[in-house]
Amino acid sequence: MESTITESRETITAGTSMDETEGLTYPRIECKNINVSYGDKRAIFDISLPIPDRSVTALIGPSGCGKSTFLRCLNRMNDTIESCKVTGEIIMDGENINDPDIDPVLLRSRVGMVFQKPNPFPKSIFDNIAYGPRIHGLAATREDLDEMVEKSLRRAGLWEEVKDRLSSPGNSLSGGQQQRLCIARAIAVRPEVILMDEPCSALDPVATARIEELIDELRKRYCIVIVTHSMQQAARVSQRTAFFHLGELVEMGDTDQIFTNPRERRTEDYITGRFG
Amino acid sequence: MVQQLGHLPMGWLMLALLAMLASGGFFVGRVQAERFNGAAGSVRIHSRPNYHGYYVAMWTFVPALIVALAYAMLGEGIVRSLLAGELPANFRNMPSVELEVYLDSIARAAFDHGYGGADRVFSAIANRFLELQGMVKASAIGLALASAAFGFFLARRKVAPGFRARTRVEGGIELFLFLCAAIAIATTVGIVASLLYESLRFFSEVPFWDFLFGTRWNAQTSAEFGALPLFYGTFMIALIAMLIAAPVGLFAAIYLSEYAGPTVRAWVKPVLEVLAGIPTVVYGFFALLVVAPAIRSVAVWINTTLISAGITAEPLLAAQPTSALAAGLVMGIMVIPFVSSLSDDVINAVPQTLRDAAYAMGATKSETVKHVVLPAALPGIIASLLLAVSRAIGETMIVVMAAGQRARISPDPTADLTTITVQIVALLTGETEFDSPKTLSAFALGLVLFVITLFFNLIALRVVQKYREKYD
Ligand SMILES: Nc1ncnc2c1ncn2[C@@H]1O[C@H](COP(=O)(O)OP(=O)(O)O)[C@@H](O)[C@H]1O
Ligand SMILES: [Mg+2]
Repeated sequence: MESTITESRETITAGTSMDETEGLTYPRIECKNINVSYGDKRAIFDISLPIPDRSVTALIGPSGCGKSTFLRCLNRMNDTIESCKVTGEIIMDGENINDPDIDPVLLRSRVGMVFQKPNPFPKSIFDNIAYGPRIHGLAATREDLDEMVEKSLRRAGLWEEVKDRLSSPGNSLSGGQQQRLCIARAIAVRPEVILMDEPCSALDPVATARIEELIDELRKRYCIVIVTHSMQQAARVSQRTAFFHLGELVEMGDTDQIFTNPRERRTEDYITGRFG
Repeated sequence: MVQQLGHLPMGWLMLALLAMLASGGFFVGRVQAERFNGAAGSVRIHSRPNYHGYYVAMWTFVPALIVALAYAMLGEGIVRSLLAGELPANFRNMPSVELEVYLDSIARAAFDHGYGGADRVFSAIANRFLELQGMVKASAIGLALASAAFGFFLARRKVAPGFRARTRVEGGIELFLFLCAAIAIATTVGIVASLLYESLRFFSEVPFWDFLFGTRWNAQTSAEFGALPLFYGTFMIALIAMLIAAPVGLFAAIYLSEYAGPTVRAWVKPVLEVLAGIPTVVYGFFALLVVAPAIRSVAVWINTTLISAGITAEPLLAAQPTSALAAGLVMGIMVIPFVSSLSDDVINAVPQTLRDAAYAMGATKSETVKHVVLPAALPGIIASLLLAVSRAIGETMIVVMAAGQRARISPDPTADLTTITVQIVALLTGETEFDSPKTLSAFALGLVLFVITLFFNLIALRVVQKYREKYD
């Protein structure tokens, strides 16, 4: 196990330098003064954060510090929670996605999401992937749809494993395969941004390593934001890291810098395991 | 003296006495066990003194209780057979049914505090009955006390430091709980058995297939027992009910669980539950007094319009004062809460992560419901529909009041129909002779009803179980 981790870290650091500069010069998403509250309880305090394109941004921090809440702002999933109120601007492609004119349903087709627990629909593997293209009318013909499904599964590194049983139910796959199925399902809608909320926390180390490889592959095409409670994972897969604590953004910067040379005392305490 | 004892209402007295003895047993056991405790520097006492107390109390109470229960069940029978044995020969040669009737009147007279009539023989026998009753009762009391004492001494001898009174008491409690469960099961088995037995008697007189597939039902006046029209009526009304209840209940459940905010939910759910709590008689007279006349007048209007327009020459609809439609509609309203509350439960049991997944793909609420929530909840929804069907089939009051009595197979929903339950009520109310095929046919109908609802319930249960496995 030890060896795969160091291995994958090497492959990642090898590729980072170029993307990093590229991503930083063009923030894909610009969050300005985000505040979130659930009823009277405030969960996010005035967070401003640029998110670069074609790279992985990791959100780390102790449990309950608002990582998921923040992530869910980026595709307005918080709209589905009655008590949740979000203020502030999130600029994506020159538009503020918190603008009342923006249709969250359309926004979510541009910003895909992968959840903590693999949650395939109780449908066949094929129908799971085809779901997004179908509701958004992306495929004109059956051949288009077949092609899209194959492409998405290939990108998620699952094609070889499932190509002979596309009609068997999605939940018949293993946990790690299910999570890759969910990633493929998100990709099928052709998003520009992919949000992942602790995508490996329900998986074993081998499956985790596969997902991490996949994330590294995906960042060539997408802007990825990943929440993780594992600092090793953040160090392995991300180029940028933001450290949250009690609903505030304590520090953000290049992953290398955050992990080797944090500016804030709280960040250092957290990554050295003194709390959290 | 013995005769007076015969009158004494004994059940409660006996119970109070036994309870007193038991609490006495409890204290004796506890005190005895406490002594070990005090003395015990070296001995380890297994159970706390209270448990020894419970143990002794248990053994004091239970055997005596068994005797008392046995007396309550068999006492009068014993008295009667003793009395019958003493009766003069001319009585003993009576047919047994007559003898029973005679003894019944004796017992009644005896309990009415002495018979004041002129029949000397009768009054002598009644007195003797009381005497015997007193004797049997006295022996029962004696036996109960003796077994209480016996149990008490046996149990007390067991009390010792190493005695596992706690384990034994636990065993006693388990046995008690088991017996309670067994009573429920035994009752069910008993009911089914009697249903089966009487039905078999019926089928020995009326061929099974004639009953099941015969199309003429006329049990009251002539002996025609073709139950098909009843099955048809039951089916028709249940179908109308489900045509109302399935969509309304299901959509209400979807609204409640997916769309309604917490405030609306907090109001609507209790209201639906009130709907479920309305006595069916109330639904019944609502059906009879409001819905049935309304349907009739609409049907009449349709008839006259069609005739005046020259489309039909005869009235198209039966337009009866009671109708399948009236009963079915109201029954549909009645079962809405069953469908909606069960469906609401299963819809809520669909993991939120599945909805999130759909929303995150850019699905709208109704797309999410249609493509993800409903398919995932489908087995549970089917189960709730099946339970509602079985409710509708077994429902009696509404159909008795609003469906009618005429057994016929008619596709016209404004015609009156009759159902299995209505006919059972009709067969068993008023003058009934227990042995006639007419009365027995009620058991056969009951059996059919039981089998149908059991079938639906079993399927529903299986479906629900399968569904649980999937999401755990
Ligand atoms: N649906 C919700 N309703 C109310 N409070 C919530 C809800 N979701 C999260 N919170 C609260 O918001 C805070 C941040 O939660 P979350 O974003 O889930 O943290 P993290 O993902 O970092 O563990 C926590 O205090 C949590 O209790
Ligand atoms: Mg979280």
